[in-house]
Amino acid sequence: MKLTVTGNVKEYADGLTVAKLIELEKVETPLYVTVSINDEFIASGTFEETVLHEGDIVEFLYFMGGGQR
Amino acid sequence: MITVRLKQIDFEAMVAHAKSGLPNEACGLIAGKVDGEVKTIEKVYLLSNPDNSPEHFSIDPREQLTAVKDMRANGFVPLGNFHSHPETPARLSEEDIRLAYDSKASYLILTLADDPPTIKAFGVVGGEVSLQELEVV
Repeated sequence: MKLTVTGNVKEYADGLTVAKLIELEKVETPLYVTVSINDEFIASGTFEETVLHEGDIVEFLYFMGGGQR
Repeated sequence: MITVRLKQIDFEAMVAHAKSGLPNEACGLIAGKVDGEVKTIEKVYLLSNPDNSPEHFSIDPREQLTAVKDMRANGFVPLGNFHSHPETPARLSEEDIRLAYDSKASYLILTLADDPPTIKAFGVVGGEVSLQELEVV
């Protein structure tokens, strides 16, 4: 199936989960990545069970935060 | 050494954004082009700080997603983020370092403690901080 991942269209195996995609794409600090599928944010606890489908548009976003203290 | 180039007009917009957010920290994203060790900021995204805090900031994921799409549409790459320190110097705090998860990002800190405000750029790899050369042009 074809997925658009961070703007790039690529071919992946059917039944791919978000967790597996994170692994395949070698996402840095996967514990702190936010994932959206077709503009909907996915709860981090559901990466293992969320299955991707043909045409899905996936974005990986790094948490960004901090503070002056 | 990484060099970060920031347009004067964008720096002034960041200062205005930081002042309008007082007493809280203000934040945003930076995007542009990379040529070797030179990062040129072509666009600054002035975003909200959902933490509404004078000591903390975070980038709202939905605003981040919108910005990332805009970057891509304009042919820019994400270069990092910026935030303001209303009362402390332009240096990375322990919290900034702990939460710097992107080793490729530049982290810009604008301090309003200086008059006029000043800005510095840093990289963080594995908890190690490096100062980057920031040119306001």
